[in-house]
Amino acid sequence: MAAKKLNMKEKYRLLTRDLDWEFSYADRKKAFPFEEFEGIKITDWSKWEDPFRLTMDSYWKYQAEKEKKLYAIFDAFSQNNAHLNVSDPRYINAIKIFLTGITPLEYQAYQGFAHTGRQFGGVGARVACQMQSLDELRHVQTQVHAMSHYNKFFDGFKEWTHMQDRVWYLSVAKSFFNDARSGGPFEFLVAIGFSFEYVLTNLVFVPFMSGAAYNGDMATVTFGFSAQSDEARHMTLGLEVIKFLLEQHEDNVPIVQKWIDKWFWRGSRLLSVVAMMMDYMLPNKVMSWKEGWEVYFEEAGGALFKDLARYGIRMPKYAEQIRKEKEHISHQTWWTFYTYGQAAGFHTWIPTDEELDWLSEKYPNTFDKYYRPRWEYAKKLEAEGKRFYNGTLPQLCTTCQIPLLFTEMDDPTLTAHRCSHYKGDQYHFCSDGCKDVFEEEPEKYVQSWLPVHQIYQGNCGGPGLPEILQDYYRFEMGADNMDMKGSPDEARWKQWKGVA
Amino acid sequence: MSIEIKTSTLEPVRNTFANLQRRFGDKPATRYQEATYDIQPLVNFHYRPLWDQDRELTDASRTALQMNDWYAFKDPRQFYYGTYVQQRAKMQENAENNYGFFEKRDLTRLLPETVKGQLIRFLVPLRHVEHTANLNNMYCSSYGFGTALTQAFLYNGMDRLGVAQYLSRIGLLLDGNTGEALEEAKQLWMEAPYWQPLRKLCEEMLTTEDWFELFIAQDVVMDSLVYDLFFEQYDAALTEQGAQDIGMLTEFMRDWAKDTNRWVDAVLKIAVAESDANKTLITGWIESWRGQVAEALSAVSREMLGEEALNMALQNLDKRLAKAGIK
Repeated sequence: MAAKKLNMKEKYRLLTRDLDWEFSYADRKKAFPFEEFEGIKITDWSKWEDPFRLTMDSYWKYQAEKEKKLYAIFDAFSQNNAHLNVSDPRYINAIKIFLTGITPLEYQAYQGFAHTGRQFGGVGARVACQMQSLDELRHVQTQVHAMSHYNKFFDGFKEWTHMQDRVWYLSVAKSFFNDARSGGPFEFLVAIGFSFEYVLTNLVFVPFMSGAAYNGDMATVTFGFSAQSDEARHMTLGLEVIKFLLEQHEDNVPIVQKWIDKWFWRGSRLLSVVAMMMDYMLPNKVMSWKEGWEVYFEEAGGALFKDLARYGIRMPKYAEQIRKEKEHISHQTWWTFYTYGQAAGFHTWIPTDEELDWLSEKYPNTFDKYYRPRWEYAKKLEAEGKRFYNGTLPQLCTTCQIPLLFTEMDDPTLTAHRCSHYKGDQYHFCSDGCKDVFEEEPEKYVQSWLPVHQIYQGNCGGPGLPEILQDYYRFEMGADNMDMKGSPDEARWKQWKGVA
Repeated sequence: MSIEIKTSTLEPVRNTFANLQRRFGDKPATRYQEATYDIQPLVNFHYRPLWDQDRELTDASRTALQMNDWYAFKDPRQFYYGTYVQQRAKMQENAENNYGFFEKRDLTRLLPETVKGQLIRFLVPLRHVEHTANLNNMYCSSYGFGTALTQAFLYNGMDRLGVAQYLSRIGLLLDGNTGEALEEAKQLWMEAPYWQPLRKLCEEMLTTEDWFELFIAQDVVMDSLVYDLFFEQYDAALTEQGAQDIGMLTEFMRDWAKDTNRWVDAVLKIAVAESDANKTLITGWIESWRGQVAEALSAVSREMLGEEALNMALQNLDKRLAKAGIK
């Protein structure tokens, strides 16, 4: 008898989808206890369309080939001291942010997808989450290995495992993922699988990886190419989740819309550090943050939301606010890091004259009017030997945990500040978006581990800022932080390159 | 004569990351070390999870087991993602050749009819047991503590999905890709009296809360007995019946068990050696699960291999436990 030919979908169904069964002896709700508390209604898991149909044997095979190539490049990279090929030592600071800020997020993505990969009742969704979980662990580990060589030659990398749990600006990223993971499994998928991976991931991935390509960083860009096909799988999972939830029950629509509103806002706040990286930290520029936002969100995201309109989903609530912010946030963020350069675990600097001109050209509506004068002033101070560091601790936003550094978008000279009261205490916010997010779930956000509050409460050592930076953050003063000018990174680079 | 290529050497500022310097001294670290130690967030979590409001997102108190350092659980295989997938890719290449050969030579044709029926009754339904193992190891990965352990649980969980898929392919080889063997096997899993005690136990394991206890139940006790019965003893029985070709299709499982047991035994040994309290705890869990699993396997093993098979498997389990310090 000739065996019947199976197509991919049939084969995948037979090999995978039918593994689960109806329970007869234990309470299935006890085995999958988190499916109902968020209010999401799943009527039929069998309607789940597998976003990719990869069996484990193929997964091992393809991924092993990718890993083999990737590690061959890493080996060649370090053997040939290829860190010497980067465009400019300032560039290295972008990947310090990557290792300390983004890599821990990949770890939390591994944990979050492991959780949903155990908890979803539908085997198709579960297995897709499990594979993403494994991929995310891959990204953590390959990133650490890509950065390992840089750590041997530059400061700012060595304490990344310690810093991720403590440093003030890393708390922004950590709280973002903690927020998603502490929600139920469906919110996690909408937050990370859809909002972050499907819509915003291009705005993290493309800037960092293209930045690496433009600046001669072969290790990071090779990781980027290698991770691309994983990311493509993750994006299809994110989209399937949204469609599945919206098709399962009409009552899911307002819940999903609320999460989309929340997570786009949270995501756009998180991306402010990427905005600053693109506009200020890449010696060879890829594109401006504003251009990136227009291409990857306004055009691509706009088309996506048109497509989702048939389910009753509209554009995220704060899209209009974010559209205005693209003119400002990179400048406001880098200025803050520059002025708090002693509290940053990477080096900061004043843009060169060519870079200032590039910014003027890319931001004709705002740069010369609001931001160039600040840099001219900083240049003057620096020339007088008075490089300025702000020694006071800023007020943090309770939701996104970014200092209140953003302005009103209609008046860029006025710092935005919102307040809310809950159970007799006052809470501060950087924006209407963050205030609204808080007011939806105050019980959650009053728990925030806010780095500045923690310092004032004496939970981070001290008494002064220098002790906190050295002992609690484990910054090596003057090497891991402060200005690029006069840093050991700069001195070593000059020595390697034989310049005075 | 050896040729030495001249390269310029630069003296590094440091050999590795600070956490590894503190653990192992200032020397170049292995990729396993860099990819494993201290990478899980430890303190200063922001919000209690809505699904477990008494604990932090990552919290060592999700098991009664206590460790001074959760990174004591070094994987003897030193698997991080890269070494893991490359090792499994080698195994799958071998398996692919075996399945391909089996299919090309149409070896199903040579199987005695009674054996085909047996395979559907005993081997194919095991894919549901493997699916349970997939979920249990995912559970340990998501609620466990310390990357040294949680990454190994993730690899194990994915392996079990792979094994479930290989077992499903055996079904498809038997039924010529119609899926009938899989359906029949599932019906037996759902209804045949000799499978019910095991199915009941699988369902109960999925509601077990303490993840280290679940590791004991699944990876130590259940896997030790199941792999012994279904892939060692039953393989020998098939050979007796002239169906030794099936051994090609289950070679992956035997290789896998050999590889994985090295890790399981190491985890057990380290946990037991940590303290008397851990030893007492683990001994209690073993006692309880050894009894339950043996009872659940009793009917199916008798049906498949006769009276003595389970005892032999239990003896082998006890030998492994004794090596880990549990009598």
